[in-house]
Amino acid sequence: MEWGDNITKIEIDVRGQTCPVPLVECRKALRKASPGDEVVVIGTHQASKKEIPMACESLGLDVLAVEDKGNEWKIRIRR
Amino acid sequence: MEDKDTQVGGDHMGGKAVIVVHSGDMDKIYSALIIGNGALSMGLDSSLYFTFWGLQRLKIGGLEAGPLSKMHMLGLGKWMVKKRMKKANVVSLEKLMQDYKELGGRIIACEMTMEIMGIKKEELCTDWIDEYGAVGTYIHEAKDASITLFI
Repeated sequence: MEWGDNITKIEIDVRGQTCPVPLVECRKALRKASPGDEVVVIGTHQASKKEIPMACESLGLDVLAVEDKGNEWKIRIRR
Repeated sequence: MEDKDTQVGGDHMGGKAVIVVHSGDMDKIYSALIIGNGALSMGLDSSLYFTFWGLQRLKIGGLEAGPLSKMHMLGLGKWMVKKRMKKANVVSLEKLMQDYKELGGRIIACEMTMEIMGIKKEELCTDWIDEYGAVGTYIHEAKDASITLFI
């Protein structure tokens, strides 16, 4: 990928899904994403809000933000 | 794709989970596949070694067919647990297996079990199975694993 190419934003919605789906869907999206892409995961499963950033750390990826809205969370990751 | 992954946030970031799946009980197959998927999701490799009662679950149509490890009650307990799992939005074992394979998880089938129980390759879901092996295969897989479990 060249600099200046479009950075894609990939959004995955795992609201209502439980263990291990949020983590697995996040990993699947990260595998498909290209370096530089932003993967946004939206969910409601509380343990995954902690565990997705743990997975990102283990994968060596940056978590850009973790936001809360009611019982929903949104995690932005740079691939 | 694997190469790209290895460089940035991909597979083989260190660590491996190797699990012996000895039980064929439905709830324990859930444990094995959830842990395997969790390991893969966190950038580890994963191998599941299906042996004895566990191997029965690799038979065609067998994945969901196991009894509940406790309170099976001739299927009534399993039916109740499945109902509650559905309500809690827990995915099926088929879906967990699909995800596991998509994320590069390995499945090993125990050859001795096949011999003892008279199971032929044609009876197994061969598209899931990466290797047919014996104890040496397990030790070879597990000797550099950071996580190994017997379920």
